[in-house]
Amino acid sequence: MTAAGAVVAAAPERRIGGVLMEMKNITLRFGGVTAIKDISFDIREGEIRAIIGPNGAGKSSMLNVINGFYHPQEGEIWFRGAKRGPMRPHAIAHQGIARTFQNIALFKGMSTLDNIMTGRFTHMKRNMFWQALWKGPAEREEYANREVVEKIIDFLQIQAIRKTPVGRLPYGLQKRVELGRALAAEPKLLLLDEPMAGMNVEEKEDMSRFILDVNEEFGTTIALIEHDMGVVMDISDRVVVLDYGRKIGDGTPDEVRTNPAVIDAYLGVSH
Amino acid sequence: MTAEPTAEAADTFPKLLARNARLHGGRPAYREKEFGIWQAWTWAEAEAEVMALARGLAGLGLAPGDHLAIIGRNRPALYWTMVAAQACGAVPVPLYQDAVAEEMAYVLEHSGARFVVAGDQEQVDKVLEVQPSLPRLERVIYLDPRGMRKYAQPHLHAFAEVQAAGRVAPAPLGAAIAARVAAQGPDDVCVMLYTSGTTGRPKGVVLSNRNIVETARASCAFDRLTADDSVLAYLPMAWVGDFIFSMGQAYWAGFCVNCPESAATMQADMREIGPTYFFAPPRFFEGLLTSVTIRMEDAGALKRRMFRGFMDLARRVGPAILDGRPVGAADRAAYALGGLLVYGPLKNTLGLSRVRVGYTAGEAIGPEIFAFYRALGINLKQLYGQTEASVFITQQPDGEVRADTVGVPSPGVELRVADSGEVFYRSPGTFVEYFKNPESTAATKDAEGWVATGDAGFIEEGTGHLRIIDRAKDVGKTADGSLFAPKYVENKLKFYPNVLEAVVFGAGRPYCTAFVNIDLTAVGAWAERNNIAYASYQELAQHPRVYETIAGHVEEVNRALAADPMLAGCQVHRFLILHKELDADDGELTRTRKVRRRIIEEKYADLIAALYGGAASVYTETEVTYEDGRKGRIKATLAIRDVKRAPEARRAAA
Repeated sequence: MTAAGAVVAAAPERRIGGVLMEMKNITLRFGGVTAIKDISFDIREGEIRAIIGPNGAGKSSMLNVINGFYHPQEGEIWFRGAKRGPMRPHAIAHQGIARTFQNIALFKGMSTLDNIMTGRFTHMKRNMFWQALWKGPAEREEYANREVVEKIIDFLQIQAIRKTPVGRLPYGLQKRVELGRALAAEPKLLLLDEPMAGMNVEEKEDMSRFILDVNEEFGTTIALIEHDMGVVMDISDRVVVLDYGRKIGDGTPDEVRTNPAVIDAYLGVSH
Repeated sequence: MTAEPTAEAADTFPKLLARNARLHGGRPAYREKEFGIWQAWTWAEAEAEVMALARGLAGLGLAPGDHLAIIGRNRPALYWTMVAAQACGAVPVPLYQDAVAEEMAYVLEHSGARFVVAGDQEQVDKVLEVQPSLPRLERVIYLDPRGMRKYAQPHLHAFAEVQAAGRVAPAPLGAAIAARVAAQGPDDVCVMLYTSGTTGRPKGVVLSNRNIVETARASCAFDRLTADDSVLAYLPMAWVGDFIFSMGQAYWAGFCVNCPESAATMQADMREIGPTYFFAPPRFFEGLLTSVTIRMEDAGALKRRMFRGFMDLARRVGPAILDGRPVGAADRAAYALGGLLVYGPLKNTLGLSRVRVGYTAGEAIGPEIFAFYRALGINLKQLYGQTEASVFITQQPDGEVRADTVGVPSPGVELRVADSGEVFYRSPGTFVEYFKNPESTAATKDAEGWVATGDAGFIEEGTGHLRIIDRAKDVGKTADGSLFAPKYVENKLKFYPNVLEAVVFGAGRPYCTAFVNIDLTAVGAWAERNNIAYASYQELAQHPRVYETIAGHVEEVNRALAADPMLAGCQVHRFLILHKELDADDGELTRTRKVRRRIIEEKYADLIAALYGGAASVYTETEVTYEDGRKGRIKATLAIRDVKRAPEARRAAA
C-alpha cells in the first residue's frame, strides 16, 4: 500500500474556513434536570465536527438545540455571523441546516426517490396552486429538483433502489436514503445523529466513505454524534467531548485521545 | 442496411465509425442510463467524442503499437476508448473489472500496457497498488472523478480533461491521427483479449481487424441484424462476446448499444430498453425462470390457473408457431389469446418483448428451460464459440433450433472432427496468435489454420448440426470401441430434479454403468407426498420405489441416447444409488462441485466391481469425513438395478 501512503501525503490542504456556528454558554434544563450545562464550542466552515460522550452525556440534546427542536434556557447561538432567536425547526431548515435521525425517520411507504425529493421542500418556491396546475414554473422547478435528487442518488450509489419503497430496504440502506434526503436540502450544515448506529463493519466503512465524500465533494460542514470511537477519530477534524452535560474536552482527535478527563469518562471513574 | 460499403472502405473500427457517422449520423449509437434518464449519443456525436479522445490520448503520448488497458463496467466512454486507442494505432486490452490486483498485475505486465483507462476509483486503486511491478505503465486515466480529488500523482488524468485537451488540440495532431487511421488495414491488430485462465495463466488472444470485421459482417447477415436493432451491453467488456456484440456487430450494422446504470439495475434497465438482440449465459435464463416460478406461486388462484393453462398450450404449440410449422387454427387462436393475457405481459416484465434474436452459450442449457422461452415465442438459440474464433464457430439458424445441438457452422467456418472426437475449426475469425506465447499458439493452431477446440463432438448426419458432448480429454471408448462421453450422460441424468449427481463409468469396459446420488430435497418432498416413511438418507436412497423412479429416468436417458447412433454405446446397463452424497470434504468433488472421476473410481472400486459382476446387491463400508474433520465409517448394502436399453435406432433424417 505504498501508493495509498503517497496519496495521503500528496493530498491538498482542506479548505476549513471561519466559524459557521458558535454555541455560547448553552444551558438546557428539563424541569429540575440539567441536560446541558454551560457549554460553548464552535463549528467551522468545511470541517467534520464530532460530538461524543458516554450515554446520557447530552449529545442528542445538543444536536436538538442546534437544529432548533429544543430551546436552551441560557446562552446564545450564532449562525453565519448572526445571533439566532428562538425558531421553529422548519425555519431553521430554511436557514440551511439539515439532519438525520438516530432511529430513521423516513416515509416508509414512499419510494427512495420520493423520500429524497421531500428533502427539496425548502427549494420549492411555487405554492400549491401552481403545483396542482403543473404548468410552466412549477414544472420547471420540479425538473430542476429532480435533477438534484438524481445526482444525489448517483452519488450515494442507490440507483437500484430508486423506485423501491424504503420500508422494504435493509437498515443500512435506509440510513443512506436518510442521508440523501438531508443532502437534498443542500445544507450549509449537516447534522448526523449516530449515522453508524446498528451497522456492521462493512456498512460503517461505506457510511464513513460517504460522509467524507460529502464533505469533500460538496464542501458541506458536518456535525455528527457517534458512539463508535474508532470511526469518530478516523473521520473527524475536531471533537467535542461531553459528560454529564458538561464539556470535558475539545480538540483534534489526537488531543482528545490523550486528554485525561476524557479517558476517565470513558473508562469510568467514580463521580 | 442502406448502402453496404466495400470491405476496403470500412475494415477497421475508426473507419466503420466514420462510415456510420456518415450513414446513420442522426441515429442513436450509444445510450447510457444516468441520473435516472437515458442519455443518448448519435453516431455523429460518438465520432466527435471518440476523435477528441483519440487526440487527447495521442497528446499524452499514446503511440502506434502501444497497448492500452481498459478496466471498468460497460460504459459508452470505455467503448469509445477502444476505438480512440485504435485510431491512435494502439491496441485496446479490456480487462475483467472484478479481477483482484494480482491477477490484473499479470495481464498488465504481460501485455506491457503503457496506458490504463480505469472506470472509477476502485480500479485506479488496484492499478496503483500493483504499479511498482509495472515499469512500462506510464499513464492512468480515470473516468468517474468521484473520490479522486485527493489523488495527486502526476501520471493520473481525468478522462474528461484528456478529452477536453483533445477537443482543442492543434490541427497537425488531428491530421496525424487521420494518417494513422488511413494506414491501418485488415491485417493490423484490432484487440487483445485475455482468456479467463481457468487452466493456468491467462493467454492474450490477438485478433486482427479482419477477424473481427469479417465475423461481424457474416454474423450480422446470418441473423439479419440492422441499424434498427439494439443491444444491452452488460456482460464483461473483457469477454470476446461483448466485443463482438457491442463493438463488432454494433459498428458493422450500426445499431445502438445500451449501457445499464449499474450492475444492480440491469433487469430494470433491460425492461425499459427492450433489446431486440440479446445474449445471456444459461444460468441467467435459469435464474429468470426460477424467479418467474416463485412469483407465480405467490400469485392469486386465477392468475396461477391462467399461467398453467396457457403455458401448457405454449409448450405444445409455441415452438412450432415460432418456427413457422403448421399449427391448427384453434390452437393458433388460443395461443393468440394467451399472448394477450399471459405471454405478452410476462415477456414485457422480463424485458424480452422485443427480442428478435436471442442467444445462449457457454454450457449445456436444460431442455425445459430452453423450451420455456421458445414456447413464449422468444427466439432463443444456441451458439458455440471461443475467444480464439472471434466467438462464432457454430450457431442455430432460425427454424432449426433444438436444445441438444449448437447449430450449423457459422458462415465461413469449416469444421472437422478428428478421430479422437475432438472438434477442429478454421474460419476468417481464427485468431492471429497468443501474445508472446508461440508454443501455445503452435499447440492450438496448426500450419493450415485448423484450431483445436478442446471439446469433443460430432456432426449429426442429415441435419449437419454440431453436437458437443464433452471436454475432449474426458471422452474415451468402451471395450467394444464405441464412443464414451461420461459428462454428456451425466448431464442428461442431472436434468432430472431427483438426481443430484451422477457418475458414469465405461472407459475400456464392456458397457456403461452409473452411480446416482438422489437429491434429498426433491426426493424427500416426493416421499412426503406419497406417505413413504424413511429414517435416513441411506434408507430413502435404498427404497425400492426410489429405485423405480430413478430406473425410469435412466431408461428415458437410454432412449434419448439410442436415438443418436454416435452415443448409443453410452446407454447405462446397470446402476446403483449411492448411500451417501458425494462430498468435497471427502475429496469426491472439487470445490466447484465437479466430479473427481479418478478418486471416485479408486474409493468405490468394490462397488464398480459389483456393477460389472452380476450381483443384485453389494455390501460396502465407506469412510466419511464429518464437517468438524472427524472420520467415521458407514456400512450399507446397496441394490444394483439392471436397466432396459433402447434398441439403436437411426434417427430419420429431419
